[in-house]
Formats: sequence, structure tokens, C-alpha cells
Amino acid sequence: MSLAIAAPKPGIFTRLRLKVPFLIAVAIVWLLIIVFVAVFADVIRPYPISQMNLAHRLAPMGTPGYWLGTDELGRDVLSRLIQSIRVSLVIAFGATILSAVFGTALGFLAAQFRGWVEHVVVAMADFQAALPFMIMSLAVLAFFGSSMVLLVCLMGFYGWERYARIARGLAISASAQGYASAVVQLGAKPSRVYLRHILPNVASTLIVSMTLTFPEVILMESGLSFLGLGVQPPESSLGNMVGFGREYLTRAPWIMLAPSLVIVMTTLSISLLGDWLRDRLDPTIR
Amino acid sequence: MPKFILAKLARAFLTIMMVMTFAFIVLRLSGDPAQVLLGPDAPLDAVIAFRERWGLNDPIWKQYLAYLTQIMRLDFGVSMRSQTPAINLVLERVPATLALTIPALILKLGIGIPAGVYAALHRGSLADRGVIMLSIFGFTIPSFVLGLVLVLIFAVSLTWLPSGGQDTYWHAVLPIITLSIGGIGILARFSRSAMIEVLGQPYIRTAMSKGLPWRDVVWKHALPNAAVPIVTLVGFMVGALIAGAVVVESIFAWPGVGRLIVISVANRDLAVVQALLLVIAASMVIANLLVDVAYGLLDPRLRSKRAAH
Amino acid sequence: MTALLLEARGLVQQYDTSRGLFGRATSVRAVDGVDLQVNRGEILGIVGESGSGKSTLGRMLLGLERPHDGQVLWQGQPLPAPYSAAWRSLRAQMQLIFQDPLAALDRRMTIADQIGEPFIIHGLAKGAEAMAKVAGLMARVGLRPDQAGRYPHELSGGQRQRVVIARALASSPRFIVCDEPVSALDVSIQAQVVNLLRDLQEQSDLTMVFISHDLKVVRNICDRVAVMYLGRIVEEGPSDVIFSDPRHPYTQALVSSIPKAGTGLSHRVILQGEPPNPAARPTGCAFHPRCGAADRACALEVPVLELNRGRLTACLKLRATGAQAA
Repeated sequence: MSLAIAAPKPGIFTRLRLKVPFLIAVAIVWLLIIVFVAVFADVIRPYPISQMNLAHRLAPMGTPGYWLGTDELGRDVLSRLIQSIRVSLVIAFGATILSAVFGTALGFLAAQFRGWVEHVVVAMADFQAALPFMIMSLAVLAFFGSSMVLLVCLMGFYGWERYARIARGLAISASAQGYASAVVQLGAKPSRVYLRHILPNVASTLIVSMTLTFPEVILMESGLSFLGLGVQPPESSLGNMVGFGREYLTRAPWIMLAPSLVIVMTTLSISLLGDWLRDRLDPTIR
Repeated sequence: MPKFILAKLARAFLTIMMVMTFAFIVLRLSGDPAQVLLGPDAPLDAVIAFRERWGLNDPIWKQYLAYLTQIMRLDFGVSMRSQTPAINLVLERVPATLALTIPALILKLGIGIPAGVYAALHRGSLADRGVIMLSIFGFTIPSFVLGLVLVLIFAVSLTWLPSGGQDTYWHAVLPIITLSIGGIGILARFSRSAMIEVLGQPYIRTAMSKGLPWRDVVWKHALPNAAVPIVTLVGFMVGALIAGAVVVESIFAWPGVGRLIVISVANRDLAVVQALLLVIAASMVIANLLVDVAYGLLDPRLRSKRAAH
Repeated sequence: MTALLLEARGLVQQYDTSRGLFGRATSVRAVDGVDLQVNRGEILGIVGESGSGKSTLGRMLLGLERPHDGQVLWQGQPLPAPYSAAWRSLRAQMQLIFQDPLAALDRRMTIADQIGEPFIIHGLAKGAEAMAKVAGLMARVGLRPDQAGRYPHELSGGQRQRVVIARALASSPRFIVCDEPVSALDVSIQAQVVNLLRDLQEQSDLTMVFISHDLKVVRNICDRVAVMYLGRIVEEGPSDVIFSDPRHPYTQALVSSIPKAGTGLSHRVILQGEPPNPAARPTGCAFHPRCGAADRACALEVPVLELNRGRLTACLKLRATGAQAA
């Protein structure tokens, strides 16, 4: 298992943070907007996502009533974008939480039991490292066909080994000499040691890792959907909008540009925020 | 042979076994392998022959062993689309993919590492901040967006370069650029932080206080130490050489392994998917193995530690 | 005669060191056959250099580590297996005080919560009662009430050690092992903490094992002392006797290194050779390469701890000649 690759070293934006907290503010505002849009998608969406208006096919941006234009079937791009933000966010959020819970639990198990349990976890991480995630997902989707639940579960395996490694390492160092062994020595059960002591202590590191995983999951899902193998029509996600918009690249680039911009802005914001949080929250990985 | 290489070999073998097992389980879970691999409209006698050859009527552990032996002989079955052995289909696509990924890797290394090291040595300068910003953009822009934007600019608007296909060398330019930008960003950022960390170490201060010229401090002390983590990252990139171009090949209609995967998955040509899975996993494992060995040679301290691990 | 609280019989602990480049696993004996009795209400000191196995011995006495061989009897009963339910409930009666209080405390919990944690773990008290008890404990160890809501990093080293001590006392234990409790503290603070421990011991009739490499501290607090060298006890006896009349050459060297007011260091016995390394134990008496009195026999025979002229010592010279080795 190759070490240390997952967590780029901290401190990289130290200077950036001092100079441009403004950028962080922009990132936070953008993310709030995105979350707001995702939550209230049904309310703020001007049209149903599959409502066609064949009279207004491929209307350019700025057309009254269709501010982001329409696609090849005359569907409102803005409405589809809003719905796509919700779908992509739900997948990324569900998957990130799944992988954090799964990875952390495995890491704690490895730290608590050591021995063969640890070997199994390490072997699974090796397996994950040996197969590019994209390829593994494609294979699974090929065998089972694509569905929303499968997609979330599949994405939920993304990056679990990162949490497992962090959780295991921190739990072992806490148990070796530190506060965890002190609490064990007081007579506490493992559940108390892990949930009340170790988890709060590693939480900030795990949250920072989640900010790393989250944009990667968005990129992974949009990549799969772009290839036509992720979210399936009539449902729509950011990646699949780009994928379908690609065919009208020359005539109607707005179909593809709006979701692309949302993807880039969102992943950029989360990355910036994550780096900033890492410097702020987590003195242990300095 | 040093022990750490043996230990690594054993783990590489174990990993390949796990990938094969994974393929086996997924295949069995998805239904009757005969139907799945041969396709829904396969003639009955072909299905029977297939069942016979793969021993599908045997107990599951026997099937598993039979499956492993087949795989060891590189027999992955026949593509239901082209009726040729799946492994041949995969292997004939490898050169096209390498024609993209190797130049892209060279670009990533040749630009990313020097940019990161330069930024680290000139912390806070305009160039440093530029490298940081560009590297963030480099790895937050998904390759399909970048590829399409490049097509829009260079193929559609300026018409300097072709947008897809594999006819001339010019056709490879946009795919290679698209492939390398993200990696350049990641490598620059990673090299920068690795270098900064090394420059903060006491031995660098010692070397400087000895009066060693700055150039020697950088070349003899800082760079060799910063190289260790960078090599790990490069290992991943080498491992991804065969599989790294799924999206980009699809955008530019480049007939490589990545496009083959997408087409096979879309058509549920599962024999090919399975062959791809194992070939890619094997190439990743071998690349990781080589990197681990390089790692061990770079940093002798790690040898025994990694072997014991 | 005081009653026996805890007894160690033939304790051995060995660790497998990680394999080297050539893959040969070596095992290191950290503790190599220790018999020890701890009596109710006494403070037993265990002294020795680092690497002598005294911390390992302390952990085995508490049942935190399962010995490789031998056993520990707690009030005549063998200790339960580590991490079993019986073991966990026994923790209320026996406690450990660590060397590094900052490492032993959870930096994300207030000190009041941490001091009160044994109440929750052992179901001893909760709510207002627990808070009142925590306040009482804090007062006992000399912490101010307003420090209850503080976090460990906001306190000084001495205060942190008081927190650890308060937590150890929370479940009203009968036996406490203090593993180098003051060696991470400033010298000026050490005496305060040592005095606190002694006061607490007197107030609640605690039994204590006090592990230290610092002989001044041990002389200050302990009733009885066992001197360890490379995993074995080489001399054992009442504190004042050991310090006024050391018999074993190693003890003599240790005692002579304590500076005394008004005397020079002319009488000092300087130890030669390498410090003890459990991975490369000398044959025979483990101390013989550094011993001024050793002869060839010392390299061949392992001395056992036995009564020689009214003192428990492990030295061939003391046994064979009956004379005091110099």
C-alpha cells in the first residue's frame, strides 16, 4: 500500500489564507447558494425538467423566459441545471458520508483488533489501489446496469481507504501511550473509548478528508454520467447534461457550459474551503 | 533478493487474486454467466458448450478454481460483438492508449515537478502564487469540461486542430494536453508542499550553516529527500497509464483502451469488460510494485520497515 | 505485620522485536523473573535505569499486560484476563498515574469531565452528585474550582498531573501505580506533587507502587524499595536501610550518585561500560560487565534474589564471601 498520497501536505495555502480570505468568503457564499438550490429545487425551478417547447429549440442564453437557453428538445436549461445540482449533490453527499462511515469503522476495527483484521483491511485497501475507481465502477455498472441506489453505493466506496488509514493511524497512536490507553486503563469499554474519545479527536481530520473526497466524488459521478453510464435519463445530473450538450457543442455551447461552470465552481469552492479548514481546524496534521 | 521485494511480490500476487475474485463474484451475482458473457441471443449449443467448458454445473468452489485456471491462461472468453478473443481486443488497443498517456506523463513530470519545486524555492513570489492558482484550476476542472472547452476553442473557433480521430500526429495534441493538465496541477502542488516540508527540516539548516552553497543544498539535500513522496505519486500516474484515458479517449474518439471500456460497458460486452478489468489491475499492480522497489532503493531506511509491515 | 495486598510470582515479560533486514525475530526480555510482595498501605519504590523493565513490571502488576510467564495475585486471586468484564470492573480498584499527563488527557474534554469519567464508567455517580464529587476531588488535589471548565492545554504541567491524580482517585482505588509521575515536571513542581501523593496516601490508606529513576524522590516518599537491573530485582529492603547501607554493588553506585550536602563526590562510584540493554543481556550476573567487584564466576552463574545477612540481594559476591563487596 502506498502511503501518504491521499493527503496533500497542509500549509500550502497559508499565504493564500492571509492574503485572500475574500476568496474563502466567495467559496462559502457559492456553496450556500448551491445547497439552497439543491434543497429548494422544486420551488425555484421555472419549468418541469422534461417539459419540451419545440418552438423554442436551442434558444440561446438570454432569451426571455429561458435565461440560460434551451436544449435540443426545447427544454429549459436553467430548470434542468437546478434539478441536476440537486441530483449531483445528493449523490456526492450520500456517497461521501457512506465512505467516511465505512472507512472510519474499518480503520477503528483494524486499530482495535490488529492481527488478521488489520491484514484484511490493508489487503482491501491494496485492492482498491490496484483498480482505478473509474474502471471498477464501469465494470460494476456494466454487470448490473445503472441505477440511482447502485450509483450512490458505488460512489460510497470512493476514498474509504483514506478514512480507514487516517482513523487507524490516529487510533493506534492514541492507544499506544496516549489518552485512549489512559481511558482503557480506567475501565472503559471499547465503545466508549472509540466513540467518546477517539472519534471527537479525529473528527476534524476526517472532516478535512471529506472536503477532499466530496469534489472528487462529484467529478467521478459527473465523469460517469458524461460517459452516459451514470445517472440515466429522464433523470439529469451535471455530468450527464455536459455529456448530452456535447453533441451541440458548435451550435449551442450554452447547454454544456452552464453545468460545466457549476461543476468547476463547486469543486473549486470545496477545495479552497477544505484547505482553509485544514489550516484552521486541524493542528495535528501540521 | 531483499526481503522487502519478496514481501511486495507476495502482496502484489494477493491483490491480483483479489481482483480476480472480485470479477468472479460480480459475474456470478449478475446472473447466469453463460447468458451474460455470450449475450441474450447466443445459440443454445454455444450456451451448452460454454457451460461445459467453464464447468458451470460443478459446485461453486470448483467453478472458482476452473475460473482461476482459465484466467491464468489468459482465456477471458470471446467478445460477443466481434467474436474474437477478448484479450486480443484489449491488447491491440493498448498502443493507442500509450501513445496518449506516455507523452502526457512526460509533460506532467516535465512541467509539474519543476514548477512545484520552483514555487517552493520562491515562496510568496508572484510565480509561486501563479503556480498555486493554476494548479488548483488544473485539478478542479474535470477533464471532460477541459477537453470540450479546448475543442470549442482550438477546433471549432480557431480551427487549428482536429477535434477527434487518430489520422495524424496533430490529432493527438488536444487529447494529450487535456490529459496532462490535471496531473501537472496535482504534481506541482504536491512537489511544492513536499519540497517546502523538506526545506523546513533541521538537516537543511545544518547544511546551510555549514556554508554549503545554496545550489548544493537544494540539489544534494533537499531534492533527494523531497523525491521520496513524489515518487509515490508518480507511481500512481504510471499505474494509470493504461486506464487513465477513459474520458479523454471518449471525447476525442481515440480508439484506445479507455474508449473500448466505455463501448463494452454500454454494450454489456462482458467478456471484454472482464479482460480489461484484469489487464488494468495487473498493470497497476506491476507499476506499484516497481515504484515500491524504486522507493526502497531511494530510501534505504524504509526497506526493513516496509518489509515488516 | 501488614497484610499482603498484591503478590507477583515469577513474572516474565518478553517482546518480539520487529524483524531486521535478515528476518530473524529476536525476543527481548523486559522483565525476567520477578517475585514481589506489596503490602496494604505501604509505598513501594521501584528504581532502576531506563530499560530496567520497571515500567513493564508496573503494568503487569496492574494487569494491563498479560505476563509471558508467572502470575499476579490480587488479594490472593489471580488477575482476570485483560479487557474482560471482570478486568474492567477491577479497574475501579487499581489505577495508573502516567509519566506524561498531557498525553494521558483527552485534549478535547474539559478536565472536570475527565475527572468525572470513572463515575460514569463504573456507574458510581451521576448528575449533580458526580459534579459535587468532582469538585471535592479537585479540592483534594489542589485545583481551583474555576479550572473545572478548562482544557488540558490551558493548564501547567503540574496542574495537569493533579488532574490525572484526581481522575485516578475518583473511583476510590485501593492500589495505585505511579509510573515516573514527576519526571516530566519542573524540579520546583516535583516536590509539590510528591507531597500531594504522600498526603493522599496517608489520608485514604492507599497502597502505592512508585516507579522512578530518581532516587531522591524515592527516598522521600517510599517505605520500601526494590532496585531493578535488566529486568530483575537485585536488592530489596526498607527505604532508609537501602539508602543508608546499600549492599549490592549496583545499588551502591546508584546511592553514591545522589549528591549530599556538605560532602564532595569523592566517594562516588562511577559505573563503567554500557548502560543496560535488554536486547544484549550479558551472561551470568547481568551487572558483571559494569561491576567493580565482579570476577569470573559472576559471568557464569546467575545470582538469585535471596536473604544475605538480613537483606534481600542478588549478588554472588555477597553470598560467597559473606563480606560486603566494594
